[in-house]
Amino acid sequence: MLRKLLTTAAVVGLLSVPAFAAELLNVSYDPTRELYVEFNKAFAAKWKADKGEELTFKQSHGGSGKQARAVIDGIEADVVTLALAYDIDAIADKGILAADWQKKLADNSAPYTSTIVFLVRKGNPKGIKDWDDLIKDGVQVITPNPKTSGGARWNYLAAWHYARQKEGSDEKAAEFVKKLLANVPVLDTGARGSTVTFVERGLGDVLLAWENEAYLSLAELGDKFEIVTPSISILAEPTVAVVDRVVDRKGSREVATAYLNYLYSPEGQEVAAKHFYRPRDEKVAEKYKDKFAKVELFTIDDAFGGWRKAQKEHFDDGGTFDKVYAR
Amino acid sequence: MTAFAPGRILKREKSVIPGFGITFGLTVTWLGLIVLIPLAGLFIKTFELSLDEFLAILTSSRVLNALKISFGISFLAAVTNAVLGSIVVWVLVRYDFPGRRIFDAIVDIPFALPTAVAGIALTTLYAENGWIGQFLAPLGIKVSYTPLGIYVALVFIGLPFIVRTVQPVLEDLDGELEEAASSLGAARWQVIFKVIVPAVLPALLTGFALAFARAVGEYGSVIFIAGNLPNVSEILPLLIVIRLEEFRYADATAIAVIMLLISFVLLFAINQLQRWTDTRVGR
Amino acid sequence: MGHVMTSVSATILEAEFAAQASVIPRPVRTEPAPVRWALITIALSFLSLFIVLPLISVFQQAFSRGWEVYVAALVEPDAWHAIQLTLTASAISLVLNVAFGLVAAWSIAKFEFRGKGFLLTLIDLPFSVSPVVVGLVFVLLFGAQGFFGYWFIDNGYKIIFALPGIVLATVFVTFPFVARELIPLMQEQGTAEEEAAITLGASGWQTFLKVTLPNIKWALLYGVLLCNARAMGEFGAVSVVSGHIRGETNTMPLHVEILYNEYQFAAAFAVASLLALLALVTLILKSILEYRLAEDHKR
Repeated sequence: MLRKLLTTAAVVGLLSVPAFAAELLNVSYDPTRELYVEFNKAFAAKWKADKGEELTFKQSHGGSGKQARAVIDGIEADVVTLALAYDIDAIADKGILAADWQKKLADNSAPYTSTIVFLVRKGNPKGIKDWDDLIKDGVQVITPNPKTSGGARWNYLAAWHYARQKEGSDEKAAEFVKKLLANVPVLDTGARGSTVTFVERGLGDVLLAWENEAYLSLAELGDKFEIVTPSISILAEPTVAVVDRVVDRKGSREVATAYLNYLYSPEGQEVAAKHFYRPRDEKVAEKYKDKFAKVELFTIDDAFGGWRKAQKEHFDDGGTFDKVYAR
Repeated sequence: MTAFAPGRILKREKSVIPGFGITFGLTVTWLGLIVLIPLAGLFIKTFELSLDEFLAILTSSRVLNALKISFGISFLAAVTNAVLGSIVVWVLVRYDFPGRRIFDAIVDIPFALPTAVAGIALTTLYAENGWIGQFLAPLGIKVSYTPLGIYVALVFIGLPFIVRTVQPVLEDLDGELEEAASSLGAARWQVIFKVIVPAVLPALLTGFALAFARAVGEYGSVIFIAGNLPNVSEILPLLIVIRLEEFRYADATAIAVIMLLISFVLLFAINQLQRWTDTRVGR
Repeated sequence: MGHVMTSVSATILEAEFAAQASVIPRPVRTEPAPVRWALITIALSFLSLFIVLPLISVFQQAFSRGWEVYVAALVEPDAWHAIQLTLTASAISLVLNVAFGLVAAWSIAKFEFRGKGFLLTLIDLPFSVSPVVVGLVFVLLFGAQGFFGYWFIDNGYKIIFALPGIVLATVFVTFPFVARELIPLMQEQGTAEEEAAITLGASGWQTFLKVTLPNIKWALLYGVLLCNARAMGEFGAVSVVSGHIRGETNTMPLHVEILYNEYQFAAAFAVASLLALLALVTLILKSILEYRLAEDHKR
């Protein structure tokens, strides 16, 4: 009996040892699942054509902060493609990748951008048009937890900046965000969790979503929803970086760098645009311009003095989020 | 650990059977490697915190609320299981009806069904458009994504503990005692409360403690159905995961240590109860 | 806790007994018919609502988009890999737990020593530790920021976010299953047969293989069965140490979660239905084994 068990275990064990092939692990955030499925195929084909080498890809997705934690804890990611610069800064702070990572690639190492829009139910029954409508009584807002989700941090800062511009002070902005959070019935840990809560579980009147995630929901689930674009929103710059510690050990720097560079190529930009990310490449942007609503966008650097500052003021322990969310 | 070294305080009786040294040594080593050293690591990690920091984490409102939610709902679920589970045991042991054996067998499903599967199945059933949820929604009862959902999940996973602990005791119960009580003029309800309940009570309490311990630690089935709203439907194990994801290891560890201490206490209680059960049924 | 589940066979015997006995009226031992039927109704509605219906809904949802979607969900490479990974991790955990269970049961059941009760309590400990805490413990130990830092990673050993971490978490969670099935039975059976074999000149190893093992084979299988069900289904502990790399460190339960979060509900339930099927097979085998076990206990 025991012998049989042991043999079974050994056979199953042998079967599952993968044949050797160049392998790249991309640790990414929640809403990029569909994007990288297609992009990985495109890059593998190109790499095969250029170098004659078979490439396989592994993907891991989750809340951006959670994914950064996995890299810090030692997951062997060759590249990270996270929701915002701060999460990669956190990895850099542990010496796992170069401190000046953001200067290594064009456009602040953000090959595509996005923004925050509102997804509402068909016919927009609560009449939601702009940020002000989110703090009305009886409006339920779905957004993930800014502590773990990158998208949620963009949501939070977009709302904050809107209120600050309108009301003129950070104190008023804090009040505004506090009212907004009081309307939030569920804080999921990642953007995808929030989308499922809103779309599938039928909770809430409005979902604060990545633009690409909102369009994806429309594409996947048809005509049950509408997208509302607010008067102003934030220019979300999801950033990418090579994980130095891992590629140096595995010897995969060349392919990892080529992979990220390919994101900036016209082909890579096309894939991004198809998946509702705003491309950086002007030609591609022009081609897909009808796909994206026109909206006034502000950047994190202009409005909040960069991610490190924003993170410290708003999301670290004792930051504004802790204050306005302490119920 | 050293207290376990064979031959020091352990005095074993002489036996002709060989292999005590090696099997005992392997047992303790393996136990140490897999269970004790890792758990000790958790405690050591907590010592990086000062007592004040440790207390501050545990008395933060979010942790306190999660404690209340986890223990409160686990308790309610275990009570529900104790009541309904007892009825189930009674029906399974004392009555005959078509399909009895099948129902007896399915009591074990919560043991065998992976918790994540139970979680998505219950969530789908009790969502507003689900098979059960659609009948509850008009009554204003929401189950999925509320604390009530946690309760439903915990009742599900706790049921077999009560049934499988009480069932053998009720089966072994001597019918003559009941007959004697009855022929001495006791009414049926008197027989039940004076004869049967005292006899199965230790087993029932053991089952209750097992169901409760399991419920407090449960994660997989609850996170799908709970809605996971801080201070409202956020359980302790989830809070540990969230703290870990927020890279707040100290918080995660402190909460884990408290949960671990509580598991020790519950385990101790279960052991004592089991001993009591065994002496009561004379095993 | 394992011994909590050992009573179905007794119930079956009881049922046969009851069937014969029901001819003879025994009013003192039962309740009036309306009460009986009320209790049966309560019990069966409770079981149906809380246990049968969720199980049915898994299969209903799995097939809600037809056979093709169902099969496609299972042969998809990531799902297929998740199935393989789950089988591998449980097989390794089973082997380790069987080895530990036999060794522990031998030392605990065949010898008398002080501190035995305490040792048993420690073996039971993993029952009451939350799976999430188990995962956390291994991250603290083997994570790059943990006690060993980068030592393992730099030397080419992957522990967490890889198979060893998943196995460790699974072994911890299923630690007591086999041992706790074997110990009570071996204690009941005593040491007379082994002593006789040894006195007649058999070696310890021969005694174990020819005398002890045949006596405990059904209990061992029973422990393996329970251990396997739990190992394949473990979610919380594995979730914390897995890293969720598709096609690499996703087990079946984690794959269910991922599909569920990707709007692929039919696919999620398809993979879930495999796990539910496993649960049903476990229950059937368990009923058979319990009958055999009752025989062993009567020896």
